[in-house]
Amino acid sequence: MIEVTHVSKWLGQRKILKDISFRVEKGEILGFLGPNGAGKTTTMRVLTGFFPPNEGSVKILGHDIVQNPLAVKQRLGYLPEHNPLYPEMTVEGYLRFAARIKGVEAKEETKRVNTVIAECGLEDVRYRLIRRLSKGYKQRIGLAQALVNDPEVLILDEPTIGLDPKQIYEIRQLIKSLAGKKTVILSTHILPEVSMVCTKVLIINRGQVVAEDTPAHLMAREGQVEILVKAPIQTLKQHLETVPEIKEIKIQPESEYVRAVIRSSPGLDIRSLLAREIVQQGWDLLELTPKRASLEEVFVQLVTEEAS
Amino acid sequence: MRNIWVLLKKEWYGYFASPIIYTVLFIFLLLSGYFFYSNVAYFSLMSFQASQWGGDFNLTDWVIEPLFGNMSVVLLLLLPLLTMRLFAEEKRQGSMELLLSYPVRDIELVVGKFLGCVSIYALMLLFTFFYPVLLAWLGRPDIGPFFTGYLGLLLMGSAFISLGVFISSLTENQIVAAALTFGLLLLFWVINWATYITEPPLSKIFEHISLITHFRHFTKGVIDTADIVFYCTFILLGLFLTLRSLEIQRLRG
Repeated sequence: MIEVTHVSKWLGQRKILKDISFRVEKGEILGFLGPNGAGKTTTMRVLTGFFPPNEGSVKILGHDIVQNPLAVKQRLGYLPEHNPLYPEMTVEGYLRFAARIKGVEAKEETKRVNTVIAECGLEDVRYRLIRRLSKGYKQRIGLAQALVNDPEVLILDEPTIGLDPKQIYEIRQLIKSLAGKKTVILSTHILPEVSMVCTKVLIINRGQVVAEDTPAHLMAREGQVEILVKAPIQTLKQHLETVPEIKEIKIQPESEYVRAVIRSSPGLDIRSLLAREIVQQGWDLLELTPKRASLEEVFVQLVTEEAS
Repeated sequence: MRNIWVLLKKEWYGYFASPIIYTVLFIFLLLSGYFFYSNVAYFSLMSFQASQWGGDFNLTDWVIEPLFGNMSVVLLLLLPLLTMRLFAEEKRQGSMELLLSYPVRDIELVVGKFLGCVSIYALMLLFTFFYPVLLAWLGRPDIGPFFTGYLGLLLMGSAFISLGVFISSLTENQIVAAALTFGLLLLFWVINWATYITEPPLSKIFEHISLITHFRHFTKGVIDTADIVFYCTFILLGLFLTLRSLEIQRLRG
């Protein structure tokens, strides 16, 4: 569906993208994450044919975006970062323009425009000037514009920004409902959104891919276990430090017991090992809680690891 | 072709929703109306005197020709105000990014914008048809020079617009686009002055690349293919440079 191979992009003297490769299959919703300035918007601009990459190639729906841009763009929906609209147009007028310019047939135009107006909840403002509308409505018009040609590939740069919680919920449901039918790339700063909506996550930092996985795998990979043990604190600490599978221990006394948070190497389940170690030493294991790292933790971890 | 039409309609939407078009139209009609009135008044005064002392006066030399001359100067001032927004506004708003993600060829984009502006300009000229109609009703003017004059205005104005489109594609600041367009048009206008201080063949070149030299024939009722070819070449050059400028900006990001 979307195939990005070894893409590099220079803007002026700066190399914004450094050899980026990833794939998105049909029906996947890819969450595209990265700190500000990581190259998310640049990647999206390369994908939508705003500018060509300096090296590497982008293939969407089997067509190269540089060599055959029209074939790709007809089946593409794009919501850019700052959601540029024509403020002097009415909502319906703008959507009709978008439909026509994106190649929707004249007889299909009214039907498609009505469909996206309903999908994005724009019935109330249909005949109003875009200039007079709130940010939430504008954002939904941007999304409607992207969907109007019933695209197979959707590229959304922060689609839920500026919406109220109810609207955010509705838009997420809308995007979720596209899963399986359309291929979506979704850039966002709201990490819970990614775990809710996306089937796959791509994290980039400083123009490089640092992780590409499902949200569940990403979170499991930074697994943590919290234990409550009845044992002398110093001995426990020294003992656990000798276990090679354990990467990090945070330990503190809690009344007569000791509470410790233990981080293992990525992708390793150390619960049984840990229980065995403690029981063998003759200590009492009172609690053992596996803790899944939140996506925020994983994200911060990956991005700072890369920086250092 | 369909995309050009869609983009042209969008430009109309943009023009009529902004106050610029109404201001420009108002100023244009005010000034050309004033010129028409004063030319006719002067002509009637002079022809009244001529009826007493003799002399050769006709509407073509005394009304039509100066009217077109005056209108062309007004257009030189006003057309940059119509062209400045074409690309500059899209870039400033960021809508250029979205526009480039649509299945539109660069050439369709450029031609759509150019024709959008030219059609607005043709509408401006249409409003001034009132003057020849009035003259034909009250007097017996030679209608021919009116037709050639309007053809000349349309061609010359389109040449102005094509340069304006190019300049607008270079910047995202509308004021810069307008000022630069106006300055360059004025330079192309008065470049024939250099004829007096240079020798042939250089002086010939200066004379023929001037936008005004080629316009004068039209106001006298003469259609010269050389003039038509000059304006068409100028227009095509402007559009070609716009295409190149879009391409370069795309490569540089």
